[in-house]
Formats: sequence, C-alpha cells, structure tokens
Amino acid sequence: MAASQVSNVALGVDDGTRFVVGTVDDIPPGSRKVILVNGREIGVFNVNGEYFAVLNRCPHQGGPLCSGRQTGFLVAPLPGEYQLSRPGEVIRCPWHGWEFDLRTGQSWCEPSKVRVRRYDVSVESGETLVAAVPGEDGPTEAETDPLAPPGLVKGPYKAETFPVSIEQQYIVVDVGGRRPS
Amino acid sequence: MLGRWSYSGTNYPKESPNAARVDSWPPAGGPPGSNLPFLREQLLDEWGIDIAINNPLFHSAVQRHPHYTAALARAINEWQIGEWTDPEPRIKASICVPQEEGDLAAAEIDRLGDDPNFVQILLVIRGAEPLGRRRYWPIYEAAVRHNLPIGIHFGGQGGNPLTGTGWPSYYIEDHTGMAQSFQGQLTSLIFEGVFEQFPTLRVCLIEGGFAWLPTLMWRMDAAYKRLHEEVPHLKKLPSEYIRDHIWLSTQPMEEPFKPHQFTQLLRHGTLADRLIFATDYPHWDFDAPDQALPKTKLPEEFEQKLFFQNALDFYGERLLPRVRG
Repeated sequence: MAASQVSNVALGVDDGTRFVVGTVDDIPPGSRKVILVNGREIGVFNVNGEYFAVLNRCPHQGGPLCSGRQTGFLVAPLPGEYQLSRPGEVIRCPWHGWEFDLRTGQSWCEPSKVRVRRYDVSVESGETLVAAVPGEDGPTEAETDPLAPPGLVKGPYKAETFPVSIEQQYIVVDVGGRRPS
Repeated sequence: MLGRWSYSGTNYPKESPNAARVDSWPPAGGPPGSNLPFLREQLLDEWGIDIAINNPLFHSAVQRHPHYTAALARAINEWQIGEWTDPEPRIKASICVPQEEGDLAAAEIDRLGDDPNFVQILLVIRGAEPLGRRRYWPIYEAAVRHNLPIGIHFGGQGGNPLTGTGWPSYYIEDHTGMAQSFQGQLTSLIFEGVFEQFPTLRVCLIEGGFAWLPTLMWRMDAAYKRLHEEVPHLKKLPSEYIRDHIWLSTQPMEEPFKPHQFTQLLRHGTLADRLIFATDYPHWDFDAPDQALPKTKLPEEFEQKLFFQNALDFYGERLLPRVRG
C-alpha cells in the first residue's frame, strides 16, 4: 500500500506495546483506518461497534490486505439458498481474494498454514491513557497544589486557570500480545 | 460476438469486476490499467520494473465484422502509442490485430512493424479455429517479415467451448481449463507445420501455465514416432520445434505442493531458458515479483534468466529502452 494511504501514525503509551490509533469518532461503525503503529501498517476496523486490528500485509503474497473488501462467510443450507453469515467480519485481499477472519486472523483457504497477524484492540478513556503516558505517572506529591516545591515561597501573582478533563474515548491497539497459536 | 462483448460473458470472478485487482481502479476514475500516473506508482515504481509490455485484451481480436475488428485494433494501437509508449519509455506495446482476418491483420502488422515501440504481435488463445490453420498464416508471414515475435495470451471467446467436452459452469473452470486451449493451440502450430514454414518465427504462450509442457513434449514425440507419415511436412521431432520456437510466461506460477518440485520442473525440457516473468497486472491473479516464486532453492542464474535474459532472447533488442526518433 502506498504510504499516502496510511492515514496516521499511532501514539505510544506506557510499556511500548500499546498505541493510540485514534478516537472512537475517527473510526465509526462500518469504517476502517490503516495506521502506522511502531513501524508496521495495521488496519483497524469497526464492525458494528466492535474493533478489530490486523496487519496490512496478506500472508499469501504481501498484498495490502486492509484495502480489500469486507465481507462475510457465504453459507448455502440448500442449493439455490444463500446466506451471508457474520457480515463485515471477513477481509478479502485486493490482489487474490484470499479471505481472513478479522476476529481471529484465521484464513479459511489454508487454515493449517496461513493466518494474518491480528492485534488486541481496546477502547479506553483519555484519563486512563494520560495516566499511562511514560514519564507522566500521575501528579507527584510535589506538583499537587497547594504543596509547592520545597524551599520556594509563593509569589504574589497568579494566572487565571481553567479546569481541563479528557473525556474522549480512544482506540488502543496492543502490538505486544503473543501470536495466537 | 454482439457489439463489444461476447455472448459467453465477460471475465467476472467472485468480487473482481473486470477480473481486476480491487485496488487497481485508478482513483481518478476509469478502468484498471487506463491511467499512466497510477500505473507508474502501483506497478513500475513499486517493483522497480525497467520494461513492461502492454497486452491490451479489449475484444478487438474476435469481433465478427472484419472491418470493425480491424478498426478497433488500429484504434487500440494508436492509443498505445499516444497514451503509453510515447510518454513512458519503460512501456512497450503489442500490436493488436484482427485475429480472424489474416490479410487485415497482416496489413496492421505492416503498418506498425518497424515502430520500435512495438515488440510483439498479440493474439488470444481462443480464436475461431486452431492457430496452425492456413487462414492465420498471413499473420505469421508478416511477423517474420518484421522480425516480430508473437505473444498468444489467455483469453478470447472464439465461439467454441473452453473444453473439448462442452461449456463449463463456473469461472474457476474457465480459469483452470484455459491450459487445455494452450495445449491444443501449441499442438496445432507444431503439427500443421507453422514452424517448418516459418523457421524464424518465435511464439510466447502468455498466462497459460507451463508445467504441462514437458509431458506434452513427451506425448507428441511418442506419437510422432508412430504417426509421422500423416505429417510428412515435419522434419524434426515435435519437441525440437518447441525447443526452438516456444517461450512461455509465468503467471499463473505453477505451485507444486512441495516447493522443490518446482526446481525439478525447471530441469525438464527447456523451461529454465524459456520462462519470462509476467505479473498479469492489473488482474486479480497478479504475481508480485518478489513473492511469486516458490520458496525453494532454484538453479543458479535462474532468476537472472527469468527476469531479464529470457525476455531479451525472445524480444531481441527492441525490448531495450530507445529514444523515439
């Protein structure tokens, strides 16, 4: 996939395996976004409010998997009767049409050999994430007003302040999980 | 063949309109393979391709009306010059011809045969009759006259069923069964004496597979020993004509269950010296140059032959970049 189609670079939080890929508003139900996460292109999909993330590289021949079509499994209980099962939960590579289950990364073409790398996705509040940013492990005792740094005396001037809260919900991809067997 | 499309339908595999890669539709609009800047980005630059050859498969070759099919072929050839080979020196063109009209096809070859931007004459594998028959010989005469090789590509709906036993039901049968057409056409070219008549003619079978070639050579030679009196115009074993005149493209790459069997295959016949790499871009069965070969130890120098030398042997110096005069 051309770099221009990768929409963003994810921001790392805490131990270096979890990355914020956007807010829930960035990827509404039925949409997807390919994001550069720790050097890897990962596609994040919102399927009816559930989030799935897979590597943007088809394990067959390296095609840009996440720009393929989303579909489901076709089942035919009787000849001439067709039903689409789990619509939207299957991604089909744009090159050769190989299909992978977004939920598990499983291929149903050659299930014993081929699966795409999948990642855990969670939705977390901004407050949780700010607490998890490296080097900002929450306010220290010295920073907590009214306790000024020791030895300093409060001056006469004080700027006007405003309360700030982080209420947005963020989508977090975890690239550190073990590959499912 | 009513209008532009044939009654047997267009190539429409599951979820792949125009048989194209889903990501090959140019963002600016138009069908796959119609936009030069997008093709540069997605194919030539992406894979570092020095020379690519256009094989326009628009149904110019197989229309029923002789002058209509000739006009379509001529229009496509002019379009290739104006839109592709003039602005992009990495692209070479194939001469599209009205395949079923030998004299009109030869006239189009004569019109363009000395233009260095054209490197081969393009036929489709499924025409109206076996390609060894004399109605097609004016095409081969013109090819030899201009020292142009012939590429015979997957495709065409000449009116006959794909298989020798009738029409199949599914696209997957069409896609798999086309190898039968290639074998039938190669058999026809050999036994009807085309290569005896045109000893300098070179033919490349494009997108027909290649693993079947060694066994076909064995079978033809064995039959020739018993039945040669029927074809006294042949002076050599059928396999010798194949060795001297036939090249093949990869894509579809043969993918044996055990990768090392691919190497065994190359050692049969002349395949290592005759295979030319093809991507089939923008079609859905595209082969990525760095991914398509089976993951196994291949004969030394094979990749150099596959990606360069075999094509140069087949197309000759026309293949090399050249400034238009």
